[in-house]
Amino acid sequence: MNIEETQDAITEEFSLLDGDREMAVFYLMELGQKLPEMPEADKTEENVVKGCQSKVWLSGQTEDGKVYFTADSNTAITKGLVSLLVRIFNGQTPDAILHADLTFMNRIGMERFIGTQRSNGFGAMIKQMKLYALAFKTKMQVKS
Amino acid sequence: MTSSPAVSRVLDVEAIRKEFPILHQQVNGRDLVYFDNAATSQKPLVVINALMDYYTGYNANIHRGIHTLAEKATKAYEDTRHTARAFINARSEQEIIFTRGVTESLNLVASSYGRAFLKAGDEIVISGLEHHSNIVPWQIVCEATGATLRVIPILENGELDMEAYKKLLSPRTKVVSVNHASNSLGTINPVKEIIALAHAAGAVAVIDGAQTGAHVAIDVQDLDCDFYCLSSHKMYGPTGTGLLYGKRELLEKMPPYQAGGEMIKDVTFPKTTYNDLPYKFEAGTPNIADVVAYKYAMDFILGLGRENIAAHEHALLTYATERVSALKGVRLIGTAAQKVGVVSFGVEGIHHFDIGQMLDSRGIAVRTGHHCTQPLMDCFKIEGTVRASFAVYNTKKEIDQLVEGLERIINFMK
Repeated sequence: MNIEETQDAITEEFSLLDGDREMAVFYLMELGQKLPEMPEADKTEENVVKGCQSKVWLSGQTEDGKVYFTADSNTAITKGLVSLLVRIFNGQTPDAILHADLTFMNRIGMERFIGTQRSNGFGAMIKQMKLYALAFKTKMQVKS
Repeated sequence: MTSSPAVSRVLDVEAIRKEFPILHQQVNGRDLVYFDNAATSQKPLVVINALMDYYTGYNANIHRGIHTLAEKATKAYEDTRHTARAFINARSEQEIIFTRGVTESLNLVASSYGRAFLKAGDEIVISGLEHHSNIVPWQIVCEATGATLRVIPILENGELDMEAYKKLLSPRTKVVSVNHASNSLGTINPVKEIIALAHAAGAVAVIDGAQTGAHVAIDVQDLDCDFYCLSSHKMYGPTGTGLLYGKRELLEKMPPYQAGGEMIKDVTFPKTTYNDLPYKFEAGTPNIADVVAYKYAMDFILGLGRENIAAHEHALLTYATERVSALKGVRLIGTAAQKVGVVSFGVEGIHHFDIGQMLDSRGIAVRTGHHCTQPLMDCFKIEGTVRASFAVYNTKKEIDQLVEGLERIINFMK
């Protein structure tokens, strides 16, 4: 699936919740529980995403020119939120991540059910992931 | 225990609720349950109408105008001072200074009294229960004067360690500043004893009454405190106003806090003389409308009776403590013998932000986080708590809704 297709899938899934905030919160927490575990060794101060009220760790690596993220959070809802981004970006090229236009948040009305503060934190996670992509892209260009 | 909404024999809570239009709304598809009263209380119609009447009927600048509207506005503004004097049983209206609220009141005392009378080697005693607004102003004064800050430790149940307090006091102690009740835990402090001990050591006593104004009867003469601070918005009144009570002899010798119009008697370029109390401390055009409406909030509290309010909220506190502490994995933070209606807790394995968000999705407003008391949270080795705080319009049924919401999230996370 490319980034657009995954965003469509997420939008579709959330539309089934019919705007029920409690269900949306539970669904996010469920998604968070399914996020593959991040190695404890990666939960370093360096990997903490700045600008989130909750603690969020994010780490990225490349394999065959594709980017793979691992992430975790000390709060269940935020872990669900970051899991959405991991799902969208994992297996994509640095270029695709850099140029991705993330529209699913508006489409599912995310700010309505996570509030402004968490939305700002969510923006910080996206920025951090794009920075990873930029670094990987630069590294690949230097190599080639 | 039954779940009937009215728990007091005296108060008709359903009738009281009708006075608060904001309570009658749906949030996220459910009836709003407002349990964030320690942060700010909701406003009854009498207060909302007082603001409306002021702006539609007699908005004018006060004290200097000779026209009719100015007369009316001045009278209404001073009526609030009259009510406030009686509300806390001050000796005189000159001892009531309107401020923006407790934060400004504390800053006024710290800045004016502190800078004028403290010097290197002096000590200021606060407690481990304090809100940042009763910590930081004193830290700033310490930096400016060379005085040092001493902290009364707290016991495991959230009460102050009074033995440790007695040991902290010495001839060096010049100020003791503590809250009447803790915003994070609800602990009601034995302020009368704290004040007497402070005086015996030769110190002045400052009391932060942010969490008691709407919940506990206050008599500043009986307490014998030197300063007492209140915020209107936590007492069913408008935001942006509150008061500082100060003993007249202290206020007389303190320098002005801010300068401008109103606080002066005569201004010439070589020398300015200051106005009499309380105006010496009320520079500039004050927050007239909100002060005017504040009177109606105090009258609302007096009309219900503070003993009745306290009894109702105590019943809610007892019921909530019982029900919440019975939930799996819950740890109550703050179990003092004397408390205002605050239940602060954590749930093992679940972050307080998640609980707050989850409850919000069910229309229940609680506060989560450190409640502006980071040193207190450090003391319990936690980052924060979930805090439900009650007001006179809350009901047992609402506590049942809170418990139901908590059960849902606890079951989901296990």
